[in-house]
Amino acid sequence: MTAQGTRSSPPGSVPHRGAPRMVPHANPTHGRPGRRGGVGSHVVGVVGELLITLGVLLALFIVWQLWWTDVQGDRYQADVIDSLAWTPPPAQADADPTPRRDEPPVMDEPANLTVFAQMYVPRFGADYVKPVAQGIDKAEVLDTIGIGHYPGTAMPGGLGNFAVAAHRTTFGKPFNKIADLREGDPVVVRTEDTWYVYRVTTHLIVYPDEVGVVAPVPSDPDDPDVVPTQRLITMTSCHPLFSAAQRYIVHGELDYWLPVEDGTPAELTDAGIDPSSAGGP
Amino acid sequence: MYGPLWRALPGPVWVRVLILLVLAAAVVLVCFQWFFPWVSDYVPMNQQTVGEGAP
Repeated sequence: MTAQGTRSSPPGSVPHRGAPRMVPHANPTHGRPGRRGGVGSHVVGVVGELLITLGVLLALFIVWQLWWTDVQGDRYQADVIDSLAWTPPPAQADADPTPRRDEPPVMDEPANLTVFAQMYVPRFGADYVKPVAQGIDKAEVLDTIGIGHYPGTAMPGGLGNFAVAAHRTTFGKPFNKIADLREGDPVVVRTEDTWYVYRVTTHLIVYPDEVGVVAPVPSDPDDPDVVPTQRLITMTSCHPLFSAAQRYIVHGELDYWLPVEDGTPAELTDAGIDPSSAGGP
Repeated sequence: MYGPLWRALPGPVWVRVLILLVLAAAVVLVCFQWFFPWVSDYVPMNQQTVGEGAP
């Protein structure tokens, strides 16, 4: 069935090499003229099949990257939110969500990979809630849990800069719509006991090495003695979409805070977000 | 490459097709679960942090 016919020609077989010879009694179903003509065309055939295989694998990679990582990321991040099992805020009827602008409680920085907060962004949709974990390791935080907190930067509500990173595309893409944020938009962070309502102030696009955007005072990142007086939030994601050339940065400042047991911030309830029913399991 | 594979498979055509489908599914599974995540570390389209040697 292979190229044996080229070596010795058993009776009835079609010779594959040499001068074409008419074989009147050749089996017509056996006739594949020029199919396995020689080593050269065999190599070309294998190379062609390898190239086709490579093309299919590349297409599969795109499917995995642009679709499957989102499926997995969304599922896993929703599971993380559920597994926190935090006490939901009281229902609207018996809540008294009075904004507080005194000194907010600030938790200590947790151990690496600890999920310590949830982020609600009404601009990103009424069902948007994503977990925030300590650390910005790509595989262990950003590709799985979603939003990562830059170690060493302020915690929610703290003086300085609460800096977080997340994917803008793929892996659940928590910051997919980061470019939709406008000045004044609320970004609401919940720790187990406290709501922190930040408002977007500015956005900018920087190169990846411009670490000053996550400094305690981004407007003066190079002065080691500067004392932060504002309570800021900074979100970083990639820019442009599907590229790593630059980073999209959004700055915000704390507007007010609220104990969770007092209710839900009006920014969420006004946007149709009701963590008292959807948040906990 | 695929010709010898096809001829090496036993059974009638529908059995061979079935085996090939199972093989293809296994390849896709291995790619999605292990191979592509490993490759993606070397594809620079997914970086969203600032810092030295941004991950």
